[in-house]
Amino acid sequence: MEEYILLGFVLILSIYLGLELISKVPSTLHTPLMSGANAISGVALVGALVLGSEGQLQNILAFLAVTFASINVFGGYLVTNRMLKMFKKK
Amino acid sequence: MSFLENISTELQNLIYIFASILFITGIKMLGKEDTAVKGNFLSALAMFIAVIVTFLGPEITVNPYIILAGIVVGALIGSLIALKVKMTSIPEMVALFNGFGGLATFFIAWSEFNSNADNTFQYVLIMITTYIGGVTFSGSIVAYGKLSEKLRIQKGSFITKLFTTVFYASLIYLLYAIFLTKTLSLPFDFYILLLALTLIGGIGFVLPIGGGDMPVVISLLNSFSGIAAAFAGLLLTNNVLIVAGSLVGASGLILTVIMAKAMNRSIGNILFVGYALSSTKSSSEETGEVKPINVSDAYLILENASSVLIIPGYGMAVAQAQHVVRELGELLEANGTEVKYGIHPVAGRMPGHMNVLLAEANVPYDVLVEPDDVNPMMDTVDVAVVIGANDVVNPSATEEPGSPIYGMPIIEVHNARTVFVLKRSMSSGFAGVQNPLFFKENTRMLFGDAKDSIGGLVSEFKE
Repeated sequence: MEEYILLGFVLILSIYLGLELISKVPSTLHTPLMSGANAISGVALVGALVLGSEGQLQNILAFLAVTFASINVFGGYLVTNRMLKMFKKK
Repeated sequence: MSFLENISTELQNLIYIFASILFITGIKMLGKEDTAVKGNFLSALAMFIAVIVTFLGPEITVNPYIILAGIVVGALIGSLIALKVKMTSIPEMVALFNGFGGLATFFIAWSEFNSNADNTFQYVLIMITTYIGGVTFSGSIVAYGKLSEKLRIQKGSFITKLFTTVFYASLIYLLYAIFLTKTLSLPFDFYILLLALTLIGGIGFVLPIGGGDMPVVISLLNSFSGIAAAFAGLLLTNNVLIVAGSLVGASGLILTVIMAKAMNRSIGNILFVGYALSSTKSSSEETGEVKPINVSDAYLILENASSVLIIPGYGMAVAQAQHVVRELGELLEANGTEVKYGIHPVAGRMPGHMNVLLAEANVPYDVLVEPDDVNPMMDTVDVAVVIGANDVVNPSATEEPGSPIYGMPIIEVHNARTVFVLKRSMSSGFAGVQNPLFFKENTRMLFGDAKDSIGGLVSEFKE
């Protein structure tokens, strides 16, 4: 239980940190920020790597989780990069 | 089973700290124009590091070849979509990727339910993670369908109501699953029912929300996918998941609030009420005369203007007019006119939609201005050109206390000397509210397809 409380601390502090870091975003960057943040949410890939493997269903679930998280990660970062490259100053 | 079973948990956690720092720095830099590209790279690097140390760590039980196969398949699909997609389809692409992230956490929670639900706390976390992940997935898929216009289901239709009912039922069932299942025995597998209800409920969550409210929904789903990842992190006791997931949750939340503020509506009103119910009968049935104008007269006025403000809306995206708009802007500038673009935060179908389109057409971002900056100097603008925008320039928002959109911050083009409104027909905007702007003394309507009209102006200038 103690471990969960520590993790809860990390959760709350990270949310506050996020709110502080991103509070003033120029509207030009709304889409790239959303799509970049979206790529970060693909961090579920890290979780997908450590799933259990007893039985066929577990292996299938692990494979699917890894696959979809990877689509999210690769697609998200590439599309964000493509988009940001278009933004130019005068 | 791991390839190189020699990274200890301690070393792994130390490297996780490093990855977290990179994630935090990356998302911070992503919020500023000059550093955004680098920020995105840093966060990708953080992801790479976190994945590698996890893969080499002691916790891997699944056959590494299965993992590698999943990564390769995912990388191929993801990269292919990302590199092929047209910039105009970005909104639905973001929705789709978002859904896949949610689906991954949905599978994680499912797998943990099968192998690791031994204490109450874990069990509760599994239920919540399943729910958020599943709703994020099916909700995002519906958002994808709506944004790509593949899904056309009427707001008040029977199907919509049916799915919405399942959504509420799924919420109740979630509470039931969290608090009661341990004490009651059921004649069926309660978890499978939760999985199904979650996925169907997510459809019902997004289905009743209209296209004009998409910027809010898509930001909210973005936030959900982060929160789902953070909960999966709690479940798997993995710090880097918690940190990265929370950052995404927070950034999505900020965008959601910005979008809701730009509409002067609460998030609850957008998600659960919608315009249809909140709109009372418009107090003033507009009856004035509209004054149409043709392309050559519009050209004469534009040629003599010394400052022009262009206000794009969803209509510009639909007509794919961003390239001709940029061309017109350049011709005006060559003619000595000052050209700016007024961008409303909720113009289009996602946060920053207009900015992306104009960037694609090579419009530099420093000529894009926000409502707060442009409104005070509106009376110095000679011509305001409204291209496929409606509600975001509706003066009812400032003039008519009875109007459903009263109080919404708008771009006050009616204070400019002359207003051109490019529009297909006289239909009202998404909010279903009549726009008195069209009947103002200084307004001229340029009817027709935006791309053709602007194209006409461009060729007049070239002659």
